[in-house]
Amino acid sequence: MKTTAETARERWERETLAPALKQSPERRSEFTTISGVPVARLYTQEDAATDVPGPGAFPYTRGIHATGYRGRLWTLRQFAGFGTPEDTNARYKALLGAGGTGLSVAFDLPTLMGRDPDHELSLGETGKCGVNVTSLADMETLFDGIRVADITTSMTINSPAAMIFAMYLVVAERQGADWKTLSGTIQNDILKEFIAQKEYIFPPRPSMRLITDIFGFCTRETPRWNTISVSGYHIREAGATALQELAFTLGDGLEYVRWGVDAGLDVDAFVPRMSFFFNAHSDFFEELAKYRAARTLWARAMRDRFGARSDRSWKLRFHSQTAGVSLTAQQPYNNVVRTALQALSAVLGGTNSLHTNSLDEALALPTAEAATLALRTQQIIAHECGVTGEVDPLGGSYFVEKLTRDMEAGSLAYFDEIDRMGGMVDAIERGFPQREISESAYRFQQALERRDKVIVGVNDFAQPDGRAVETLYIDETASRTQLQKLDHLRRTRDDDRVNRTIDALRAGARGTANLMPLILDAVRAYATLGEMCDALREVWGEYEETPVF
Amino acid sequence: MRKIRVIIAKPGLDGHDRGAKVIARALRDAGMEVIYTGLRQTPEQIVTAALQEDADVIGLSILSGAHNHIAPRLMDLIRANHLDDVLVVIGGIIPDVDVPKLKDIGVKGIFQPGTPMQEIIDFINGHVRALQ
Repeated sequence: MKTTAETARERWERETLAPALKQSPERRSEFTTISGVPVARLYTQEDAATDVPGPGAFPYTRGIHATGYRGRLWTLRQFAGFGTPEDTNARYKALLGAGGTGLSVAFDLPTLMGRDPDHELSLGETGKCGVNVTSLADMETLFDGIRVADITTSMTINSPAAMIFAMYLVVAERQGADWKTLSGTIQNDILKEFIAQKEYIFPPRPSMRLITDIFGFCTRETPRWNTISVSGYHIREAGATALQELAFTLGDGLEYVRWGVDAGLDVDAFVPRMSFFFNAHSDFFEELAKYRAARTLWARAMRDRFGARSDRSWKLRFHSQTAGVSLTAQQPYNNVVRTALQALSAVLGGTNSLHTNSLDEALALPTAEAATLALRTQQIIAHECGVTGEVDPLGGSYFVEKLTRDMEAGSLAYFDEIDRMGGMVDAIERGFPQREISESAYRFQQALERRDKVIVGVNDFAQPDGRAVETLYIDETASRTQLQKLDHLRRTRDDDRVNRTIDALRAGARGTANLMPLILDAVRAYATLGEMCDALREVWGEYEETPVF
Repeated sequence: MRKIRVIIAKPGLDGHDRGAKVIARALRDAGMEVIYTGLRQTPEQIVTAALQEDADVIGLSILSGAHNHIAPRLMDLIRANHLDDVLVVIGGIIPDVDVPKLKDIGVKGIFQPGTPMQEIIDFINGHVRALQ
């Protein structure tokens, strides 16, 4: 007869758990994460090895810095932008004055879509969801009185990233700053636009060429600039699970590396300037596991798939932002608590930079008071609650390590599926990630309707007078001002020079040379963003998706 | 009884289509015929789709703040095309101060963040069946 020794857990289950369950049953038959992943009652050494290499050591599961936040805190980077460049410039000065350590530019929809304010589709949109930047003149105003050499700036711009970045570089040039030391990030991640946020202009393949042109240009000219922020944030906001966010984001990252290598770039020359951007969602431990798995997977993929030799290529650096989609219009003060918990999880997960959302953002763009409170939330985490002393306080937790391993395995399975389709561009053209995300979004909505998942103040604990905060209302003034400025610009600039540079850009788009120098010439001539994008639209066409729901 | 026919449209430059797609699916699962127009539709395109599809309902998803521009243009086109019986509803981030303005021009239902799907389904069923 074969007998096996009872494990410690089996013994606990028999001696301790069984009587407890008999006395008082659990609240529900199954517990799941917000992504719907089942959570066991208890994790032990039988579930996961906990002897993970230390922080700063390959594969960086426990963090990319050996000293964590003991050396340097994360960058407190608050995303902001609304109305005219004048309006936003004032907000930036206030944020820097309040102890913000980096700027992050939110552009309005016409800018994101490469349309000037006088285009039909821009009507009613100018300055609403971010700041409007139509030409170099607006970028000069946006950074008026702010020395770009002394700060780091992140710019959330994708399809027209090359043009907006060129405007920033010319501002730096005119302030006398050295491009070689300029530091900051452009989001420049078009794949997640096709997958989730849908602010695309050109079809995928010419869009990828713009990105590899930026990689090539920056490697030579702006070696300290982060050329891309491969973003899971928007994928998650569109309804993806934590695992889908992780897998599709890293899948996008692998695709960019592949295209860079195919364009003839050395992996260790451009990968160290790639950065990532994750959503800091509500499920505390699942999110932690996501960040840890992201670092591990990237380090292995860079070393083993792409043969990167520099540890700077192996180390995944990421920004995170608390989950906008988790904010509620009902009882808005609850959002402060949600944001604090999400931010804490990102900090414990080793985020390198963080944005905390404001309590009023389910209703409008934030007021200055709400934005300040959001920044204070980060400062309280950084300075008061004692989580920055130990480098990785949750590493070695059976639960956290098991979730991390599961996240890695799930992600590798998605990578295989995407590889079989021929890579992420092909997968997107087939609508694969889009469909996966739609499914998850609908499943989550159904869970809310059934109250399987509770949102405090919305589908439980509701109260009738639950909304009473002042919100920012953006009227049409910004739109009128920007139209007047555009009109003035068109009347005062050297049109011949504009036409020459735009013609050169159009010709460049038909060829294969790096487009950045041509874009810089057009920017210096005060060509508008719409004019530059139109030149490329004429050559490359515009993308239209086949919607799936 | 014929199925209620709904156009779900996303006008303006914004691409955040999670809400539009989730509601499209919820209405379909509730037994309605749903046509989702896709992104960046002009009011003209939306009204043309409503005419072609013989729609009972037009549902707009707007999160960007462009509703004050889009909704009046759409309502003018609806009247010009004698589609006054079509129920127009809007979902998205609509500030409280704009709600009366939208109701005044004929938008019947305005669904702000956190509205349960079932409430929207019931609203559409109630209004459309009352007309039939």
